[in-house]
Amino acid sequence: MHDAHASRPGETAVPLTASAVLVNKVGLHARPSVKLTQCAKGFTAKIELALAADGPWTDAKSPVKVMRVKAPQGAMLHFRVTGSDGKAALAAVLALVHDGFGEA
Amino acid sequence: MNSSNSGNVGIVIVSHSPKIAEGAADMVRQMVGSAVPLAWTGGDIDGGLGTNVAGILEAIQAAWSPAGVAVLVDLGGAETNSEMAVELLPEDRRARVVVCNAPVVEGAVIAATESSGGSPLAAVKRSAEELYA
Repeated sequence: MHDAHASRPGETAVPLTASAVLVNKVGLHARPSVKLTQCAKGFTAKIELALAADGPWTDAKSPVKVMRVKAPQGAMLHFRVTGSDGKAALAAVLALVHDGFGEA
Repeated sequence: MNSSNSGNVGIVIVSHSPKIAEGAADMVRQMVGSAVPLAWTGGDIDGGLGTNVAGILEAIQAAWSPAGVAVLVDLGGAETNSEMAVELLPEDRRARVVVCNAPVVEGAVIAATESSGGSPLAAVKRSAEELYA
């Protein structure tokens, strides 16, 4: 459920993308949104998420915007990451989603 | 009232109801964690519904951080009393306290989330105020 495909290593301006299914029961509600934005803020890369591969894209560092996505359980979350630590950022946010934000 | 030492922006919750203020603080602690200095105050000096300047001043000092303090308020008097409390602070601290135009519960959680990532005071305020945008 995750197809990280990077044509180049993280240092370029080419965005890295990947997707993962939202497994936790209530979807991307308040608590997971907070965890996701806290995680995203730990990186300098620009991190965006969307419910479709072609957007619209939402800033993953904004808790208000992330909550407004209202992603339900089972939704495919797409991530788009740009920046020098983009690869690590993408791995970190995907790990959170796979882990059900620790609440499953 | 509780706080936690860190360089992150402090959050103060001011409600007419001490139960709302305390409950909102509980939500912040559970959802965001303890990386953010946090204090709450509510009720008038007789313990009824209302707010009081001394209580707000005390909360601001309890949640003090060199990065500043963002204050979340509910209705009218909470805001004016918070502004009065800010005026009673030592002069060098006044400019580092902002009262956010945001809903008290959601604003507190969002402001604390922003603060927990190490964001400066202006970004914390902006993020909380996005809720009304």
